[in-house]
Amino acid sequence: MSDSIRAICMPKWGLSMKEGTVAGWLMDEGDEISSGDEVMDVDTEKISSAVEVSESGILRRQIASEGDTLSVGDLLGVLADEATPDADIDAFVTEFQANYVPPADDEEDGGAATETVDVDGRSIRYLLRGEGGVPIILVHGFGGDLNNWLFNHEALAATRAVYALDLPGHGASSKDVGEGGVAALAAVVSGFMAALGIDKAHLVGHSLGGAIALSVALDNADKVASLTLIGSAGLGADIDGDYLQGFIAAERRKDLKPHVEKLFSDPALVTRQLINDLLAFKRIDGVQAALETIMAAFAPGGSQALVLRDRIGDVAGPVLAIWGSGDRIVPASHAEGLPGNVRVEVMAGQGHMVQMEAASEVNRLIDELIG
Amino acid sequence: MARNISYQQAIGEALAQEMERDETVILMGEDVAGGAGSPGEDDAWGGVLGVTKGLYGKFGDRVMDTPITESAFIGAAVGAATSGLRPVAELMFIDFMGVCFDQMFNQAAKFRYMFGGNAETPVVIRTMYGAGFRAAAQHSQCLYPVFTHIPGLKVVTPSTPYDAKGLLIQSIRDNDPVIFCEHKALYTLEGDVPEEAYAIPFGEANVTREGDDVTIVTLGRMLHVAHEAADALAKEKISCEVVDLRTTSPMDTDTIIESVENTGRLVVLDESHPRCSIATDVSAIVAQEAFGALKAPIRMVTAPHVPVPFAENLEDLYIPDAGQVQQAVRTVMGKD
Amino acid sequence: MPLSKDELLKAYRMMKTIREFEERLHVEFATGEIPGFVHLYAGEEASATGFCMHLDDRDKIASNHRGHGHSIGKGCDVDAMMAEIYGRGNGLCGGKGGSMHIADLSKGMMGANGIVGGGSPLACGAALAAKQLGTGGVAISFFGDGASNQGTSMESLNLASVWNLPCIFVVENNGYAEATSSKYSVACDDAADRASAFNMPGVVVDGHDFFAVYEAAGEAVKRAREGKGPTLIECKLNRYYGHFEGDAQTYRGKDEVKNLRATIDCLDRFRAKVTSADLLSEAELDVIDGEVAALIDGSVEKAKAAPMPAPAELLTDVYISY
Repeated sequence: MSDSIRAICMPKWGLSMKEGTVAGWLMDEGDEISSGDEVMDVDTEKISSAVEVSESGILRRQIASEGDTLSVGDLLGVLADEATPDADIDAFVTEFQANYVPPADDEEDGGAATETVDVDGRSIRYLLRGEGGVPIILVHGFGGDLNNWLFNHEALAATRAVYALDLPGHGASSKDVGEGGVAALAAVVSGFMAALGIDKAHLVGHSLGGAIALSVALDNADKVASLTLIGSAGLGADIDGDYLQGFIAAERRKDLKPHVEKLFSDPALVTRQLINDLLAFKRIDGVQAALETIMAAFAPGGSQALVLRDRIGDVAGPVLAIWGSGDRIVPASHAEGLPGNVRVEVMAGQGHMVQMEAASEVNRLIDELIG
Repeated sequence: MARNISYQQAIGEALAQEMERDETVILMGEDVAGGAGSPGEDDAWGGVLGVTKGLYGKFGDRVMDTPITESAFIGAAVGAATSGLRPVAELMFIDFMGVCFDQMFNQAAKFRYMFGGNAETPVVIRTMYGAGFRAAAQHSQCLYPVFTHIPGLKVVTPSTPYDAKGLLIQSIRDNDPVIFCEHKALYTLEGDVPEEAYAIPFGEANVTREGDDVTIVTLGRMLHVAHEAADALAKEKISCEVVDLRTTSPMDTDTIIESVENTGRLVVLDESHPRCSIATDVSAIVAQEAFGALKAPIRMVTAPHVPVPFAENLEDLYIPDAGQVQQAVRTVMGKD
Repeated sequence: MPLSKDELLKAYRMMKTIREFEERLHVEFATGEIPGFVHLYAGEEASATGFCMHLDDRDKIASNHRGHGHSIGKGCDVDAMMAEIYGRGNGLCGGKGGSMHIADLSKGMMGANGIVGGGSPLACGAALAAKQLGTGGVAISFFGDGASNQGTSMESLNLASVWNLPCIFVVENNGYAEATSSKYSVACDDAADRASAFNMPGVVVDGHDFFAVYEAAGEAVKRAREGKGPTLIECKLNRYYGHFEGDAQTYRGKDEVKNLRATIDCLDRFRAKVTSADLLSEAELDVIDGEVAALIDGSVEKAKAAPMPAPAELLTDVYISY
């Protein structure tokens, strides 16, 4: 059998995905596929996205059909070179299906893959994927958690270790946010690196996480290999204070949904499950107070307290700023007029969650920056 | 961080965390420790099914065994609630409401209104309901519709471990009287539950499955029957949306109506009897508020208008099952 | 401990206020202006007063349908009570409770109660709260000979004893459960006899004698405050009116009430005792009589003039949040 045959499987996005429903193929049988191409749209109970392949070849077979609900790892399609005979592909499919065992429900424990580390008395949860190289650390934004990187984490981890952490007050980390401002949270990220013995890392920060990453880079020039800022805070005073306040205040689905929709260019991505997950987080004791403390220090009165724009030129390594042109939380105008050491990529029509909605492009840009 | 624990453990954990957080929270009921005055262990039972096991060891005299006198101790819980405590009283089986109902519906439920708004009665009455244990007519009923009928009471019917913990914490923190109904067949059900304390607000139904063709409104144990039916119907290309009420008072009518307006069809699934029940209540609300959206008459799937029988085959017939739900769905789809 | 002059004046004022309140309600009810049921406490004043004189802000009472006397004893505002009985918006319960549901939790008055036997479990709860919170408070349940037969009463006596609660059970035995004689409906000689079955002191006291009630109440309250547990006290007394206003009382003997009023009126007995012992003068008591009459006159006048509850009030106060 030709060794050019590759399976395209149902990916696992985030910690808790068990299955996905095929929303439609983006490629036809016979199309030439390059690594990084999106081949299929998949809906999960949490979110919809495109399946990206990491191999190249011809799409020889579409196995899954629109509307099929398939488990993680299930066969979606087959890639192979032109020369591979159909019989080999049939044999491959038969063998794959015969050997495929869907993941058992009971081993699908959302927390199993994550670990925690004590950082100056706070328990910080993180997820490590990949190994080797100078690692990447992914820092989410206000109200987010390590799942915000579900479309980036695995892809970036192909060639190196990638850590995604939950900031204090978020996800499953300790709810003690201290003073709650960018500096305090940056100290936690530095402490996280120290606690895990990470001497140097590529920092990728989204929104508030961007301001935190920038702050870490400015204070620890020798520890930061590169810096990627996505829809980042810290580069101007403007921020949608109504969003922050609304996100904090919303107690029920109906109240929260309109705020979360502001994050995305495509509001259809805001699924019921996404809102339910956010509510489950917000309802945990201590979260409300943590978010309020962060808001009061980070964006008192709805405007950013710490603007590091004048200092971004001092960052030692390469810097990439990615923005969605339609970002309704932190305006894309903050990407304008940055010093020459910052590569700026503004993606037309994208919103604040550009790393989710344009994941493959964001992943490609980060890979390029890091080299 | 979430772990997989049972409905029963989730309830015990909610009680422990709230008792830890607030020392005015006390627990009382028959055998909630289960050893008061006996020569053996002080918390021999921890409730008749062990839900409160271990709490006596942690909280001592805040976990109080009572004589088998429901009127006195349910009433005492109500009285204590107006006097600075937040009692959680366990009425072992919901069927026993018959001997203490006065203290629940004439006393606790009425104080705030009848005293012109000058009363707070933060009492929780935890009680076990539902058929399936071969426990027959006086230990198996689904009497939450009776409480739902009474203004002044809030009624909670969690269907999962996650909801059980979050809704019980809300019940304890709530300043109104709450009847917290635990289905005995769900105690061993496991699910992801955060270790931390969290409160789920009342009056927020949970759409546990999205679908386009039929809305199934249900609650408690029947949620799982609805899902079983929806899974089977998906194979017939019928797409069901499942709405778990979570609380019957307050009831989230907005979510019900929103769903029916999308699907145009309604099946209500309720383990209780068919008359003056949650099924009739939901049906009436939809008939009144969303009649124009209905493409077919509403169907109710309930237990029959008979007491719960003892013999295994009869009790199995009594409890609504997925087959009945599928049939009702096919009927509203015009496919029967 | 003998009562001080101030305490005697206070006790007399309390009893007189109750009497005047009830006598006036009897008159006003007959005019048809007062809606619903009214159960009058006239004749039983020494009981509520004898107990309530021992109570302070820590303490709570649960009452019954015949609850005006207990309410006044525990310090409920007389004007607000009268307005409530008239169903006015400024009533103690906003006009939503009426005579049978007068309550002021801020004063420790947990409510008159329309359910016979409904109050004792609640009093157990108040006593439990006092015990758990260490306030030193006690709870009293006032109930009648009819309620003394209820299961809730027996269950509460048992629970209070099992939990050693600072709770006092007061049977106000006025001889009739509605129209049925207690001689017929109470199986034991005295309702207080039942105390021994629940391992607590049972005391029978002349409920027309303020001083006797006061002394028995004092012992029970002391015992409760000291953590020694509950007491059952039966006050033998009489009501001067029917079960409810409008009751023709055909079950009572001829001239029964007339003779009672003439021979064992608790107010007359109090007056005779304090004046003969030179503890208080007739004049001092007359001053109180005048003040109380003016108070009640004013309360009726104000209640009649007060507005009804606003229609929007129909839908408020069901829940704290919903």
